[in-house]
Amino acid sequence: MSNKEKHWQKTKGHMIMTMCLWAFFSMVIFLFGAEINGMSFLGYPLAYYMTAQGSLLAFVIIIFWFANKQEKIDEEFGFGEKED
Amino acid sequence: MFKGGFIQNLPKIYGLYTGGFLVFILMMAIAEQAGVTAKTIGILFVAFTVAIYALIGYLSRTVQVDAYYLAGRQVPTVFNGMATAADWMSGASFVALAGGVYFGGYSYMAFLVGWTGGYVLVSTLLAPYLRKFGCYTVPDFIGTRYGGNAVRFCAVLVLVLASFTYVTAQINATGTIAARALGIPFEAGVWVGLVSILLCSMLGGMRAVTWTQVAQYIVLIVAYLIPVFWISNKIGGGVFPHLMLGDEVQRITELEGQFGLVKNSAADVKAAGVPGGLKSIAVAHAGVGAGGMAVWKYISLAICMMVGTASLPHILMRYFTTPSVKSARKSVAWSLFFIFLLYSSAPMLATLSKISLIDPNLPTGIIGKSIADVQSIEWVKQWSSQKQVFIADFNGDGILQLNEWFMRTGVVVLATPEVAGLPYVISGLVAAGGMAAAMSTADGLVLAISNALSHDVYYNMIDPKADVRKRLIVARVLLIVVGAAGAYIASMRITSILGAVAWAFDFAMSGLFFPLVLGVWWKRATREGAIAGMLSGLAAGTMYLIWVYPKFMGNPAWLGIDHLRFGLIGAPVCLVVMVVVSLMTKAPDAATQRMVEEVRVPSGKTILGRQH
Repeated sequence: MSNKEKHWQKTKGHMIMTMCLWAFFSMVIFLFGAEINGMSFLGYPLAYYMTAQGSLLAFVIIIFWFANKQEKIDEEFGFGEKED
Repeated sequence: MFKGGFIQNLPKIYGLYTGGFLVFILMMAIAEQAGVTAKTIGILFVAFTVAIYALIGYLSRTVQVDAYYLAGRQVPTVFNGMATAADWMSGASFVALAGGVYFGGYSYMAFLVGWTGGYVLVSTLLAPYLRKFGCYTVPDFIGTRYGGNAVRFCAVLVLVLASFTYVTAQINATGTIAARALGIPFEAGVWVGLVSILLCSMLGGMRAVTWTQVAQYIVLIVAYLIPVFWISNKIGGGVFPHLMLGDEVQRITELEGQFGLVKNSAADVKAAGVPGGLKSIAVAHAGVGAGGMAVWKYISLAICMMVGTASLPHILMRYFTTPSVKSARKSVAWSLFFIFLLYSSAPMLATLSKISLIDPNLPTGIIGKSIADVQSIEWVKQWSSQKQVFIADFNGDGILQLNEWFMRTGVVVLATPEVAGLPYVISGLVAAGGMAAAMSTADGLVLAISNALSHDVYYNMIDPKADVRKRLIVARVLLIVVGAAGAYIASMRITSILGAVAWAFDFAMSGLFFPLVLGVWWKRATREGAIAGMLSGLAAGTMYLIWVYPKFMGNPAWLGIDHLRFGLIGAPVCLVVMVVVSLMTKAPDAATQRMVEEVRVPSGKTILGRQH
């Protein structure tokens, strides 16, 4: 397998991992909205908290994590960009 | 003080600008104490900020094609994040989001998740690859990846349909705010709004829009956060509302139980003469609806908004302007961070607004008091006269019940500062923030449409030999035409017929999401597949919309897929047709396959040259 193909394999794997995290915070937890709303976080009902703030914050963190790790993957295969 | 170029000095320039804006707010506060009228303060706020944007627009004028279309590809990561956030947060987000949460509760907040979660798709699937491609517009990518004018034209069609649905609502919002702040009729306000929008974009294209959007973001976030923090501290909600309003949310649930959540019948509401568009609280603040349908309605709406977000051209094109592929990726993260600051505050504002009104222990509470007393409160008088709030004494006992108090959604943002007893200067600030939000989104949309028409239709299809001067003249003329068309439709006041902002997301996801994603992620995707997918997805979505929308054919929604969710019909049709037709046609040639491989590697030159 060429360097390019290996890089793409790893990039795809990273993409799928990120999509799983995204699906968890955007869909999976809201499948159980009624069930988790009895729990409490910072005094808020949990489902209310997640839709008002928690999932939003999770998305911000996921994208920063995704971008940092993708940069490392690019550098590993010699496709990193020079600072400009 | 300013060594080096403009880009190196950006933090200093915008730091000074923010400081200047805060000083301006203080001056207005002093002016208010000195007896300047509320109306004058409102005019000064809107006029001053719009004048600043126009100045930035003038200073960013350009005669370069890549500056006009891509801001010279030198917008730093964090600043592009701010510009995208302003581009994203529309007048509707600013004025109506908190009101939507106030009335809609948990199920409405699917919009919050949808309008933020979509950025994960943007960063993983699209933005870095489109940046590497080096296109000027979204149809530019589709046209080059799949090859040919027919596919390019289909992409332009979807872009115009989605963006135009959105832009009239924005020009409508600028008109409403300008009319209110300047005391002029709505129709005149729309044209004032249009002129302000064009001042920011016409001379400098993307470059001017970028730097005004950064300035507009600063105004709108200051205008949103100051009232939230101030009110929270004033009513004892906590120093940092986002972390400390748990008790208030519980208290609201308790009060809802005490007062009872009553859904008024449409006949009662009509008989009492409640003006159209005003609502009473009928949905629990923090409760979650039970049952599979409630879950599906929540998740399906979130999916439509997320996938739509990742297909909206005016957002995607912001990531064409960063200096590198990795900064495009990081820039998506910063965009969402800046959006998060406002979106996570909207439910807090809704909570503060609701508790201020319904808690009888607070001096601002009105529910449970005598209607005669409530009607003599200054802000109630003022907003009643503008038909923004209304009291209907259904049971005739002279006491205001929860279901007898009606408000327009926008009132939550526009009037809460007054309700909580904040000085008028805050209301002026909120008007300036709303104007900034509506203008920045309108600018991005008008530019996306006119760039697609000038670059893809005019330059690529009609006159490929046109020189730079001619191209930029055409681009500017189209900008005025598109803006004027939007303003004309907005001034006819038929936006309620044109439907919800959500439609733009559904149109974009029906026609563009899969052609864009598969263009990068599936080498086997062919031109014929893309054309068939875009047209059938768009047609299926649009036909379903006509079939289901109450004002058109009004058939019952299938599986709960109503007119806000018609993308759930269009996008799968687009995917299936695109895959089937691609597999039936000849695989793309070796050059196209190499191009796709090249797009997947961040380093090296862009596919399309700097000037094309």
